[in-house]
Amino acid sequence: MAHRFPALTPEQKKELSEIAQRIVANGKGILAADESVGTMGNRLQRIKVENTEENRRQFREILFTVDSSVNKSIGGVILFHETLYQKDSQGNLFRNILKEKGIVVGIKLDQGSAPLAGTNKETTIQGLDGLSQRCAQYKKDGCDFGKWRAVLRIADQCPSSLAIQENANALARYASICQQNGLVPIVEPEVIPDGDHDLEHCQYVTEKVLAAVYKALNDHHVYLEGTLLKPNMVTAGHACTKKYTPEQVAMATVTALHRTVPAAVPGICFLSGGMSEEDATLNLNAINLCPLPKPWKLSFSYGRALQASALAAWAGKAANKKATQEAFMKRAVANSEAAKGKYVHTGSSSAASTQSLFTASYTY
Amino acid sequence: MPHSYPALSAEQKKELSDIALRIVAPGKGILAADESVGSMAKRLSQIGVENTEENRRLYRQVLFSADDRVKKCIGGVIFFHETLYQKDDNGVPFVRTIQDKGIVVGIKVDKGVVPLAGTDGETTTQGLDGLSERCAQYKKDGADFAKWRCVLKISERTPSALAILENANVLARYASICQQNGIVPIVEPEILPDGDHDLKRCQYVTEKVLAAVYKALSDHHVYLEGTLLKPNMVTPGHACPIKYSPEEIAMATVTALRRTVPPAVPGVTFLSGGQSEEEASLNLNAINRCPLPRPWALTFSYGRALQASALNAWRGQKDNAGAATEEFIKRAEVNGLAAQGKYEGSGEDGGAAAQSLYIANHAY
Repeated sequence: MAHRFPALTPEQKKELSEIAQRIVANGKGILAADESVGTMGNRLQRIKVENTEENRRQFREILFTVDSSVNKSIGGVILFHETLYQKDSQGNLFRNILKEKGIVVGIKLDQGSAPLAGTNKETTIQGLDGLSQRCAQYKKDGCDFGKWRAVLRIADQCPSSLAIQENANALARYASICQQNGLVPIVEPEVIPDGDHDLEHCQYVTEKVLAAVYKALNDHHVYLEGTLLKPNMVTAGHACTKKYTPEQVAMATVTALHRTVPAAVPGICFLSGGMSEEDATLNLNAINLCPLPKPWKLSFSYGRALQASALAAWAGKAANKKATQEAFMKRAVANSEAAKGKYVHTGSSSAASTQSLFTASYTY
Repeated sequence: MPHSYPALSAEQKKELSDIALRIVAPGKGILAADESVGSMAKRLSQIGVENTEENRRLYRQVLFSADDRVKKCIGGVIFFHETLYQKDDNGVPFVRTIQDKGIVVGIKVDKGVVPLAGTDGETTTQGLDGLSERCAQYKKDGADFAKWRCVLKISERTPSALAILENANVLARYASICQQNGIVPIVEPEILPDGDHDLKRCQYVTEKVLAAVYKALSDHHVYLEGTLLKPNMVTPGHACPIKYSPEEIAMATVTALRRTVPPAVPGVTFLSGGQSEEEASLNLNAINRCPLPRPWALTFSYGRALQASALNAWRGQKDNAGAATEEFIKRAEVNGLAAQGKYEGSGEDGGAAAQSLYIANHAY
């Protein structure tokens, strides 16, 4: 074996590990507000609002100008490229508003999926070309973390070993490039909930996928203490007839993680997939109460599960700003409580919060 | 991906995980008394004793006749095949004596190293042929865990990718077969201390090796909760001019493990390599005082570092047996404390305890 060539200096490592820890400190989690233009289109269509740049700006403005106390629940916000350069109605850049609240700004870096020929409709993710230069620019423009979503699905012959290996490799290349540019990479290998498979099968697949991801990260000399993981919780497929409790979901999830995720990873921020706001919170809470050893922070990186009620309250009308902010703050606080295992279900939940947010074969 | 075919039933998993936890219960570690006939030859020649079956029996009797004081610090004993079927002077099988003390019996199952053609003196380990039948028999004969040692070395071009891959694979096959037979596999990927490399180099190589080992274990569907890891501590090469403190060794070791060993593994039982008895205890103690979070038990599986003083006190004389046994109990108790970070150090430097036990290019 050749002598090692350190990928990062001690100063670079320190910076990365401090950023990662700040994001998940004290029960904080992440608001995933990085919906692409197309995906925002889906969201806005549900509340019958036109998908214009101004409407997208207005909704994000309402979220980001919420009271500063949100910084007790939200440690980081992931932005889409367009949003990073947008301003509020007073001309203040969104990213500065967030930073002033002490929230770390992140940026979605992948450029969507591409098919893997010879597979059963499986995909890999694009975005590596020129990624280093893009990261350097984003760092200058105020970002401190990146996010890249790989997608795997459970079906006949899926995920195949090619899909697992290729997505793990792409994630590791992305992570390595991020770290070279001072960005903490959030590594997201999502096993989507489409299908009728049971909880055990999802656990098995999740373990195989995560083992491959961490082997790839090691092969690519990625500094684990300066990364975060954004996995799916282990759940049954959405068309599975058997129902499972939050405790069963929690046990399956934490078991899978503790068999694959090294303790050096500071935090695991779950995606919400198609879960309702309330289920996403209840499951996260159960995960934090699970009796297995949990050496990483177990928190959230939620998009829909933080914004559904807020979107419904807004309905595109500026007059609804206060109600929108309250709805968002309520979910933020609830999830932060859940990240500490302290969430107490109040019993009253709005229709929007329990409504399933599942969209078949979800892609951004 | 086809549906998973569970390798183990729930009952089999529980049995394996219970055994593993018993071995590494707080304050307990392993006595590696599994020296092959060839290795015993070296030990006995150092004290001027002939290497006969009877002398080997008499020597192991010295160790196994330790009184109940060892119950709280020894969780398992690894036997060599010959010893598993030997008895003490009263005709009581050694296996029974050990089991009666509540200590788990283990068996060395590998059959030594063989060269890997086309490499710079690297090896793999043999012993897979008929391993399942051998394990079934050993289980009937009282063994509940096994040990298999792979060897890697650091030099200009080693360990090579082939050596890492091949040894990780053979360890995973061995582990899988053990578990099928109700035996907890101790997985030992030893990186020898031969060479002049520094601490960082050993850490880097250890991380690469362990990442490969855990990927292989995942690929082979090994149940991690029913395994133990027996790695080298991260140390400089024996010919390295830089000296490091136990704290530096502890930090490098725990960092490497945190980056590679999933929390599901219940215990890490370090080998002592060429360390003196006192060094091995001080390092283990520092490891247990390391401020980094450590989700597995961190204890010992020592051969020479538990037996050097005892061997020296015995020198093949029946009259010395009692004193020799006392020396062993003393080291066992010290390491039991070190496994909890409670060892204050001997204060006395000298005698067999501090003498370096390093033998160049050690093969069992």
